[in-house]
Amino acid sequence: MTKQMMTQAALIAALATGVASAQQILINAAGATFPYPMYSKWFDQYHKKFPNLQFNYQSIGSGGGIKQVTEGTVDFGASDGPMNDIQIKDFRAKHGYGILHFPTVMGADVPVYNVAGVNTDLNFTADALAGIFLGKITKWNDPELTKANPGAKLPAADIIVVHRSDGSGTTYIWTDYLSKVNKEWESKVGRGTSVNWPVGLGGKGNEGVAGQVQQTPNSIGYVELIYAVQNKMKTGKVRNMAGVYLAASLAGVTAAAASSKEMPEDFRVSITNAPGKDAYPISSFTWLLIPEKIADPTKKKAIRDFLTWMLADGQNMTEALAYARLPMTVVAKEMKAIAKVQ
Amino acid sequence: MADLHTLRRKTVNLVMLTITGFCTLFAAGTLVFILSYLFVHGASSLTWDFFTKLPTPVGEAGGGMANAIVGSAKLLLLASLVGVPIGFLGGVYLAEYGGTTFSFVVRYVTDLLNGVPSIVIGIFAYTIIVLSQKHFSTLAGGLGLGVMMIPIAVRSTEEFLRAVPNSLREGAMALGASKSRAVLSVVIPAAKNGIMTGVMLNLARVAGETAPLLFTSFGNRYWSPGWEQPTSALPVMIFTYAISPYEDWHKQAWSAGFVLLTLVLTVNIIARAVLARTKHVAR
Amino acid sequence: MAASSTTVTSAGPVRPARSYWERLRGGDEIAYLITFIAAAAILLITALLVYELYINSSVARSKFGWDFLVTSTWDPVNDQFGALPFIYGTLVSSALALLIGIPLGVGAAIFLAELAPPRVSDALTFLIELLAAVPSVIYGLLGIFVLIPILRQVEPALRSVLGWTPFFSGPFYGVSLFSAGVVLAVMIIPFIISISREVILAVPGDQREAALALGATRWETTWDVVVPYAKKGIMGSIFLALARSLGETMAVTMVIGNDPKIKASLFAPGYSIAAVIANEFTEATGQLYTSALIELGLVLFALTIVINGVARLLVMGADKYKA
Repeated sequence: MTKQMMTQAALIAALATGVASAQQILINAAGATFPYPMYSKWFDQYHKKFPNLQFNYQSIGSGGGIKQVTEGTVDFGASDGPMNDIQIKDFRAKHGYGILHFPTVMGADVPVYNVAGVNTDLNFTADALAGIFLGKITKWNDPELTKANPGAKLPAADIIVVHRSDGSGTTYIWTDYLSKVNKEWESKVGRGTSVNWPVGLGGKGNEGVAGQVQQTPNSIGYVELIYAVQNKMKTGKVRNMAGVYLAASLAGVTAAAASSKEMPEDFRVSITNAPGKDAYPISSFTWLLIPEKIADPTKKKAIRDFLTWMLADGQNMTEALAYARLPMTVVAKEMKAIAKVQ
Repeated sequence: MADLHTLRRKTVNLVMLTITGFCTLFAAGTLVFILSYLFVHGASSLTWDFFTKLPTPVGEAGGGMANAIVGSAKLLLLASLVGVPIGFLGGVYLAEYGGTTFSFVVRYVTDLLNGVPSIVIGIFAYTIIVLSQKHFSTLAGGLGLGVMMIPIAVRSTEEFLRAVPNSLREGAMALGASKSRAVLSVVIPAAKNGIMTGVMLNLARVAGETAPLLFTSFGNRYWSPGWEQPTSALPVMIFTYAISPYEDWHKQAWSAGFVLLTLVLTVNIIARAVLARTKHVAR
Repeated sequence: MAASSTTVTSAGPVRPARSYWERLRGGDEIAYLITFIAAAAILLITALLVYELYINSSVARSKFGWDFLVTSTWDPVNDQFGALPFIYGTLVSSALALLIGIPLGVGAAIFLAELAPPRVSDALTFLIELLAAVPSVIYGLLGIFVLIPILRQVEPALRSVLGWTPFFSGPFYGVSLFSAGVVLAVMIIPFIISISREVILAVPGDQREAALALGATRWETTWDVVVPYAKKGIMGSIFLALARSLGETMAVTMVIGNDPKIKASLFAPGYSIAAVIANEFTEATGQLYTSALIELGLVLFALTIVINGVARLLVMGADKYKA
C-alpha cells in the first residue's frame, strides 16, 4: 500500500514539474453539457486506447462552445444548437476559413419535476409546457395539467420554473420545440441558446438545472435524458404531433430522426416536433464544431482519427448512456465529410 | 423614584450586555459551525484517492482531485512570482522614499486596485493574455492571481517597514551605511517577520479565489504540464461539483472544501501567532 | 581669550556631496530605481486594467449609451442588454446584508471592545477574524447545502410576520435575493467587527473615564460617549464591508437564482453583476454580448471605487483621533 502511494506521489511530482511523457498531445475542447456524459466517456476510452492523446473537454454550455471555438481558444467546440448563419459568418470573418458541424449522437430534452406526492410520470401537452415556461400557468393544479393527468394528485402549490443560466444547446432544443408548437412563445421569446426567460431561476449547465430541481420542491426544469436517468429524477411524458404522450426513449429519438426531412450537406437540422406516433417531440442531434483548417498536423490527425473512431466504435457506446446512435445514412455522410477537415 | 430610574438604567445595561454578547457569540459561533460542518462532511469523505486520482467520467463514482491540487499549487507559485516582488518593492518604495506626490498617487492607485472585484480581474487577464495567446492557460490564471496579490503585498510591506523605529535607520546611517544599505541590511530584516507573514496571508487569501480562474485557467480533466495549458484548480472544482446533481461529486466538493479551508486557516493561524509574538518582542 | 572667528558657519570640514557615480556604486540609485519601477508598474497595471475595460466595452457603450444603466431587458437573442436588473440585484442583496450585518457586527464590536474581559475579547476576535479568511466558494458550498434548507424552514415564520409586505410575498425559491443577502451578511460581519472594534478601542481612555466618573453605566458610557466618538470609523467599516459585498462573486452566484428580473419580493431569484459575468462570460457569443458584460464589469468597478473612496475618507477621518 505504501509503495503504491509512493509511486503515485512520485508520478504526481514528475508530472507536476512539467516532465511530460513522450509526446503528450493535449487537445482542448469546450461546449455542450447535453452530451457531456457521452463525450467524457468517449474521451476517457479514447485516452485508454491512445495514452498519448488527451482530449480535455470542458462542459460550459453550447454557447460557450460556439464562443470559444470562434475565439480560437479551444481546438474544437460542441453545441446542440447548430451555429446560425451569423455565427458561421463571424467565424469565417475571424479565421478566414469556415467551420464544420459533425453530429455525434442524438438525445432528448425531458421535463423533470419535483412535486411532493406525485410519483407517477406526468403527462404534459405542448400548451402546458409553453404555459408553464411563459409564466401563465402558475400552479400545479392548473386545469391544463389536471386535464392531462386525471389520476395524479396535483397540489395547489406554485410552480417553480428552472431554466438554464448559461448559453445552452439544451435550451436551444427546448425553445426550438416550444417555438414550433406555441405561437405565443415564438413571438414573445423565440429560440436561442440564451433567451429572455419570462419566469424562473437559472441553473448552470444541465448539472445545475438537475441539481436545482432536486433541491427545490415543486419545481420543474428541462434536462438531457441521461441527467434525469443518472439522478433518478421524475420525468414527464410529452404529447407529440400525433397526439401520443411519450416518455423520452432511444426508440422515440430514433423515430424522430427517421421521420425528419433529408439531412442537409452541412448537417444542420432540427428534429423537434417530428411527425409520427413513435417520435419523441423534443429530440435533437448534437454536433461537434470542427474548424475547416487545423494548423497543427498532430492535432489534426488526432481529431480526424477520433471522428472516425467516434462514428464506428463510439456509436456502440451510446445506448448504455441513453443516447441514440446516429442513423447509418448520416454516419456514411459524415465519414466522407471528415476529409473536409484540412 | 431615583431608585426606579437607576434600576432601569442598570437593567438596560445588563440587557445590552447580553444582546451584544449574543451578537458576538453568533459571529464566533458561525466559524465554529462552518468548521465543524466541513469537518464532518468533508473529512469523512476524504480518501487517499482524492489526493492521487484524476476525475472520472461524469456519472461514474470514484476519482479524485489530484490534478486540481497540483494545479492550485502551480497557480499560487506563479502568482507569488508576480505579486510578491512587485508588491514588496513597491511597498519598500512607499515606506522609504515616500512623501512625494508620486507616492501619494501610488498609494491611492494601490487602494483602487485592491478594491477591484476579482471577477473584473478575471476579465482583465482574459483580454490581455487569453485572447492574445488564443488559449486558456495556467499562465493567465497565475498572472491574474498575481495582480490580486500586489495591493495587499504593498500595504503590508509598507506597514511593517514603517513600524520599524527610525532610530534603527538613523543608527545604520550614522555608522556610514548608504540609505539602500541601511534599508537592505537593517530595516528589512527588522520587519522580516511581518513581511513574511504578510506574504503567507496573501497567498492564503488568493488560494481560495475562484472567479478570476473561470476564464483564465479554465479547467482540465487531466494533468497540465508546463504553464501553457488550461489547468484544474481546487476552488473551481468545488464550484463545479457543488452545483451538479451527482452525490459523488457533492462528496468530493465537501472534501475539497475541507482541504482548502484547513490549509487557509492553518496558514492564517500560524501567521497571526507569529505576528502576535513579534509585537510583544518589539516593545 | 581672544574671540575666535565669528564665522561659525560650519561645524567642521564639509564633505562634498556624493556624485551620481558614487551614489550609483553605493547602490542607492539602483535601489531607488528598482523600487520606483515596481511602484510605477503598479500604476501601469491599473491603468492598463481600466483601459482594457473601457476599450472592450466600447461596442456596448456606443450602442446603448447611458440607457444601459436604466434598461431592464437582458435579451441575448435580440441583442438587447440593460444593466438595471443586475444593479438592482447587487444593491438589494448588499443592502440586505448590511441590514443584517450592521446590528450584529457593531453589536459584537461594542461587546468585544468595551464590555468583554480582555482575554475573552482577544480569543473571540481571533476566531472572528479567521472568518474573514474563509474563501467565498466555501460560503457558497455551505449556502447551497446548509443555509438554503435552513431558510426553507424559517420562511413560513417570516412569511407569517412580514408576508403582508411586497418584500416577502410570492413563492420561496430557495435560491433568491434573500439567501444571497444572508450569505453576504455572514461574509461581511467579520470585517465590520474587526474594523469597528479597532476604531472603538482607539477612542481615548479619558473619554470613558470622564463618563464613568459622572456615574454612567458601562452601556451608557459606550453608547452615549464612546460610539459617537468612533462613529466615523464605524461608518467607514460599513462602507468597506459594502464595497466587499458588491464585488462578491462565487457565494452569490451559487445562491441567488440567476434570474435577470426586477421583482419586489426578496424570495424571488435575482442576479448580481458579478454573478452574471461569472455565468455568461465564457459563452457570450458575438461582440455586443461580450462587450455588454465587460461594460457591466466597468459599472461594478466604478461602483466599488466610489464606495471605497467614501470609506477611506471616513476611516481616515477617524484616524485623526487616534492617540
